[in-house]
Amino acid sequence: MADETQVVVATGADVAHGAESGLVFHPMDQFLVKPIFGQAGDPVFWYTPTNVTLWLGLSVLAIFALMVLTTSRRSVIPSRGQSVAELSYGFIYKMVEDITGKEGLKYFPYIMTLFMFIVSANFLGLLPTAFTTTSHIAVTAVLGFAVFFAVTILGFVLNGFGFLGLFWVSSAPLALRPILAVIELISYFVRPVSHSIRLAGNMMAGHAVIKVFAAFAAVTAVAPVSVAAIAAIYGLEVLVCFIQAYVFTILTCVYLKDALHPAH
Amino acid sequence: MATEPIDLEAAGLCTDAYGSAIGMPQLCDAWFGNQIFWLLIALVVIYFILSRIALPRISAILSERQGTITNDIAAAEDLKAKAHEAEAAYDQALVDARLEAGRIIDAAKADMKADLEAAMKKADAEIAVRTAEGEKAIAEIREGALAAVKDVAKDTAKEIVAAMGGNADARTVTAAVNARMKG
Repeated sequence: MADETQVVVATGADVAHGAESGLVFHPMDQFLVKPIFGQAGDPVFWYTPTNVTLWLGLSVLAIFALMVLTTSRRSVIPSRGQSVAELSYGFIYKMVEDITGKEGLKYFPYIMTLFMFIVSANFLGLLPTAFTTTSHIAVTAVLGFAVFFAVTILGFVLNGFGFLGLFWVSSAPLALRPILAVIELISYFVRPVSHSIRLAGNMMAGHAVIKVFAAFAAVTAVAPVSVAAIAAIYGLEVLVCFIQAYVFTILTCVYLKDALHPAH
Repeated sequence: MATEPIDLEAAGLCTDAYGSAIGMPQLCDAWFGNQIFWLLIALVVIYFILSRIALPRISAILSERQGTITNDIAAAEDLKAKAHEAEAAYDQALVDARLEAGRIIDAAKADMKADLEAAMKKADAEIAVRTAEGEKAIAEIREGALAAVKDVAKDTAKEIVAAMGGNADARTVTAAVNARMKG
């Protein structure tokens, strides 16, 4: 019985693999979670060191190298690495200050953590054969829901039930307010979903498209077009990597602003 | 990507017999726990790296730079003020020197004028003396000439009278000549 299913699955897989034809499409294989140690197909438990672990660790190392190693000389006239570190510091610091005001600055380290993690994971994912941790909904959902719960809890702690004023649009006509409250409430609860799917979707789509074009490169006739397309999409992905990190961070700041100043 | 058939039971339902993805690996809930676990660890580590080491350090660097810039600007303003002072002092010295030069010129002019006047006076006095002497000499000459003319006139008149056959009385002739000379 087990053998039979094996065979059926295997033949189905053969077709999908395109074992006979020249084209081999596996655009999603790059997103597989695999144990680093042991053989392919070994079970993945929650504590197993996987390629997720490896690339998360590399992100941590990259952040350490960028933010700590480059600034170790603390020079008044910065080196190139130090100015990048200072630039990213100033970029996020100003963003938090501009959007949430002075009161939001005590949450700056958390927002900086989010930004640095997303931006470094995104860019590391652009390395060939890399595993993009931020292309996984499990990862971005943790980030998105963490922001959502943090902001909601913070809103109630700081403002009490006044936080519900966020849903009561006092500038609208009274008759419209209940309807608007329902819409605001729905949009509020959709936030973590859109927040996390936006990031994961963008990262996954770009990488999958590159992989599809890479598969076409096996056909000699279209190979030049395919390689050019890969280069073009890669350039686009470089932009997307930064923009998505930026968007995630700035939305986090906007949500944080709601918690700090819930009145419309 | 494995090329050998693998143990499907162990790998879960997210890969096929060749280890390729079935559908979206992102939706494979068997891997969620692993991803979330390692992500939380990574986030905590990043948070501590940033909040304990990187952010205070960068903040210190930035404020130190701000301080240095502020100090430099203050020093530059000091130097600028000093330069202005020096310029003012230079201008003052220039004005003083001009005034001094003017004063010296005026004094020299006054001296020269005084000298000139003294010399002129002296010269005028001398001229006056000489003039007086000259006039005196002229007067003497004139008197001498008058006396000579009188004598010549008396003699001539005496001779004319004698030539005409008259007996010329010396006293009469003299009286007549004097009367004529007066007229």
